[in-house]
Amino acid sequence: MAPPRNRRPGFSRRAQYGLFLSYVVAGLGVAIGAVLLVLSTFHPAAFAAVRGVIAELTTPVSSGLLAVRDAIAAVPENMGHYIAVTGENARLRKQVADERAIVLRARTLARENARLRALLKVRDVDVKIVVAARLVSSSASSTRRFATLNAGSWQGVRGGQPVRGPDGLIGRVIETTPNSARILLISDPESVVPVRRTRDGAPALATGRGDGLIDIRSAMSANMPFAVGDVFVTSGAGGLYPPNVPVTRVSERTRDAALGRPFANPDALDFAIVQRAYLPEPPSSPVPKADAVR
Amino acid sequence: MTARPAEFRDTVARARWLAPLTIVLGSLVTIVPIVAIVPVLPPFGLMLLMAWRLRRPDVFRSWSPIPFGLFDDLVSGQPFGSAMMLWTLCFLVLEVIESRLVWRDFWQDWLIAGGAVVLCLAAGRLLASPLRSAVGTPVLLQMAVAVALYPLAAALCARLDPRPKAA
Repeated sequence: MAPPRNRRPGFSRRAQYGLFLSYVVAGLGVAIGAVLLVLSTFHPAAFAAVRGVIAELTTPVSSGLLAVRDAIAAVPENMGHYIAVTGENARLRKQVADERAIVLRARTLARENARLRALLKVRDVDVKIVVAARLVSSSASSTRRFATLNAGSWQGVRGGQPVRGPDGLIGRVIETTPNSARILLISDPESVVPVRRTRDGAPALATGRGDGLIDIRSAMSANMPFAVGDVFVTSGAGGLYPPNVPVTRVSERTRDAALGRPFANPDALDFAIVQRAYLPEPPSSPVPKADAVR
Repeated sequence: MTARPAEFRDTVARARWLAPLTIVLGSLVTIVPIVAIVPVLPPFGLMLLMAWRLRRPDVFRSWSPIPFGLFDDLVSGQPFGSAMMLWTLCFLVLEVIESRLVWRDFWQDWLIAGGAVVLCLAAGRLLASPLRSAVGTPVLLQMAVAVALYPLAAALCARLDPRPKAA
């Protein structure tokens, strides 16, 4: 490798000052970077507008690439389906016959439940779907877990709305631009979801770990024993996530918490459904967060 | 021999627009349609920046990483300002190394670039995610992949910027 050509400016004063100035600018750049870093640490939405401009440009590209990926991935899948179709048909017929009794019982229970709720005069909040869109890319080189949705404020997506897939909760909207939105996935280290155990309704908090797993900690003062296989769904506390969306299943117990695998695999899903925030924040006096979680 | 200076000027002019273009494209690799659950992609922007800088010191200034880092922060999901700061620091350290170690071979370049990538990833992890998060192992893997793939970035630069033939 040859020695650098322009590092020795010679006797020219101008060249020497130019070199000195470039170091000053570099030092200033480091300092400004540090200031921006502190700003974005304490106020993460600070540069949403600038990021949004880039996201507006890149999201259509990602969407196109996703279509290509789908087309390629569909080829072996379709061939497999074609080959396996007879066996699958027989299996599904048997399954339908087997599950007819369960479906009947579930229908009866649902009707009874509706009747009892009407008797109790429970006020149900119906969860409205804003839009079904696709997650087209993500922060794959970063330790944070953000994804980009290819629908934005023109489609009615607003910050704070929950996003779910067919299998379970995916995350929530944090920034929107006209045609794209940034989603904070539930596996992000800064995401906290109030959940409850399906078995007994025990409340807990599901915090992301950053490695695809979720930390589940009891939200009660009493110690809460976890068992492998416990299923947690959103509790609706806090008013952001609607209740009863599957979040995670315990895969491993640690000393005073548990590790869970999320139900929704954000990379495998066809469509992500953006829903209206479960209980919109009252405009005058916002509920303090600590109370809301409880 | 007479044609050489003109040819040389041509390669400088070409590197002046090719280098920024490839570095920005490297940062833009994050728009590929995968929704990762762990950091899987190596920092291509930084790898290409180091590869170009080690190959063509004459088309860069010490402040050149500021715009590249800014752009990378916009598309990477890391907190704004982190790449801008870390990449510029890498350049400044590199200039110190360069003043000591003038004649380098590829292994030393690889070591320097690998060190820069590892340091930036480690610092980025500390800046971006809270300490309690369990991203240590994925980041170590990401570092290993990035260091292992650096020769590819260097080969790409060599392909895009062939040296003019002597004589």
